[in-house]
Amino acid sequence: MVSDVVKYYLRRVVFYGLVTVSVLWILTPIVIAILYAFSTTHDYYSPKVVIPTHFTLKHIQELLALGAGPAIMNSIIVASLTILFSFVLGLPAGYAFARYAFRGKDSIKLLIIGLRMFPIIIIAVPLVTLYIRLGLNDTLLGVALAHTSMALPFVILITSSIFAGVPTELEEAGMIFGLSRWGAFLRITLPLALPGLAAAAIFTFIMSWNEVFMASVLTLTNRTLPAFILTSAMAAPDFIKFAASFIMVLPAMIFVFIARRYLIAMWGITLR
Amino acid sequence: MGFTSKNKPEAFSLTQPSKIEKFIPYFLIAPALSYLLFFIGYPLAQAVVLAFTDSSGHFTLAHIKYLLYSPESMFYTAFKDTLALAAVIIPIQVMLALGFSLLLSTNFKGREFALYAFVLPLTISDVAGGLIWYTMLSTNGFFNKMLMAAGIIASPIQFFGYQYRYMEFLAIVIAEVWRATAIVFVIIFAGLQMISKDYIEAAEVFGAGTWEKLRHIIFPMLKPSLQAALIIRTLFAFQVFGVVWVLAGRDIPVLAGEAYYEQTELYHYGVAALYALIIAALSVAVGYIYIKMFRAQYLEVGR
Repeated sequence: MVSDVVKYYLRRVVFYGLVTVSVLWILTPIVIAILYAFSTTHDYYSPKVVIPTHFTLKHIQELLALGAGPAIMNSIIVASLTILFSFVLGLPAGYAFARYAFRGKDSIKLLIIGLRMFPIIIIAVPLVTLYIRLGLNDTLLGVALAHTSMALPFVILITSSIFAGVPTELEEAGMIFGLSRWGAFLRITLPLALPGLAAAAIFTFIMSWNEVFMASVLTLTNRTLPAFILTSAMAAPDFIKFAASFIMVLPAMIFVFIARRYLIAMWGITLR
Repeated sequence: MGFTSKNKPEAFSLTQPSKIEKFIPYFLIAPALSYLLFFIGYPLAQAVVLAFTDSSGHFTLAHIKYLLYSPESMFYTAFKDTLALAAVIIPIQVMLALGFSLLLSTNFKGREFALYAFVLPLTISDVAGGLIWYTMLSTNGFFNKMLMAAGIIASPIQFFGYQYRYMEFLAIVIAEVWRATAIVFVIIFAGLQMISKDYIEAAEVFGAGTWEKLRHIIFPMLKPSLQAALIIRTLFAFQVFGVVWVLAGRDIPVLAGEAYYEQTELYHYGVAALYALIIAALSVAVGYIYIKMFRAQYLEVGR
């Protein structure tokens, strides 16, 4: 009897121990990176101070002075344009996959799933020559167009599953009461799908915000934040790098917190 | 008095589309599909042109010769290192993700929080992940100071610099395992959720222990998810760039890093295009296996 109780508690302890270690393995580096980004120089170079206790905004300011400010703006513009383009193109396609049965549907869907796997490196490198000819080289529009090609398959797959989650019956009811198909979409399906679509937009934002290869190959002066960090901040002292990692991670974490309800389902859809 | 399916007016019927309705889905899909095909097709064709022509547009094998024989080219090392990184990182990620998934498959207090923590790295880019681990592992970083404060080491362990290449390799492995295990985790966790509790309960009724449940029910039913996770991770591994560039630069050359270097530093567009084509060929090979496998699953589910 006693040994059963002991065994039970022992198992609880081992279980929670494992969970704690796993969570710490993920969270510690993030917490440390944030603390070090604000740590004073003295605390950093003092070998005794493992966890800094004195904080400063100096490193963030230095990073901004290096040119991170415009780079952040560029990243936001590129990500917003990417959301715009990929939703204008992707929403109709997602709706079609969710609501219509048509010939070739499975093949087209498989094609899109396959295209999603295409490496962005081969999109970026040859695109430079085309962009030079079109005057798109080193422009934010050019990067956004390239990012759209990366995000579009995901947007189609995510929105299709969001629309599929809105019952067809509601749309049919609306159409019976005199709405056109477009009207039923606008007044019934779209409002119901809106939270999911917002989460999909956040997903797209993060994809664009994080993308570094295309952005660094396609720009020279109009760097997005990751491209700026890769080319400029790498030669800078450690603190600049710490500050850079903080600024890069911040919006993604905020957005994840907002959209956390949809997070697992969405990544499940895009990755399976 | 309500509408039944029999007297429902024809125009409202969704099951029998009219002639125009039949084409609507194609109109809806065409813009997106054309965009994608252009942005895949054009660069692919252009890459072949770049790889096999010189600046005046004549056919040449100079780029391939440079890639394979020039002392400046690091192709073989890059190829080897890319595969080596994948071979070390992916098995660790699958084991960890499996462990995390099994931990979270039971209900307990704080499960939501743990789940949130495990998927958090999904939003962290390769560059940011590299920088975060630079913060952890640099000479004055958290890891070294902690070990010194604990009295385990007397002087800091060096992780960065060409003479510490093997430590750089280790740092990349740690950073990638930390950042990209989340992708594997999400796939495996979703797969685990789909396994019906009935099977597991049935096994319990017949007295199966933890290991027997794992061995005979969970692993076999998880196989499709495991395969998908493996292939997706392999595809990403061929493209590894940001983490490596941040932590090791060209000390550890990788295929994507060499493409970037040849393109932006040396302006060898043809050589960069060759690298891109090689990565694409590797990806298509793996992607082909993936789609074949996915199609089998897809038809099975019958959606």
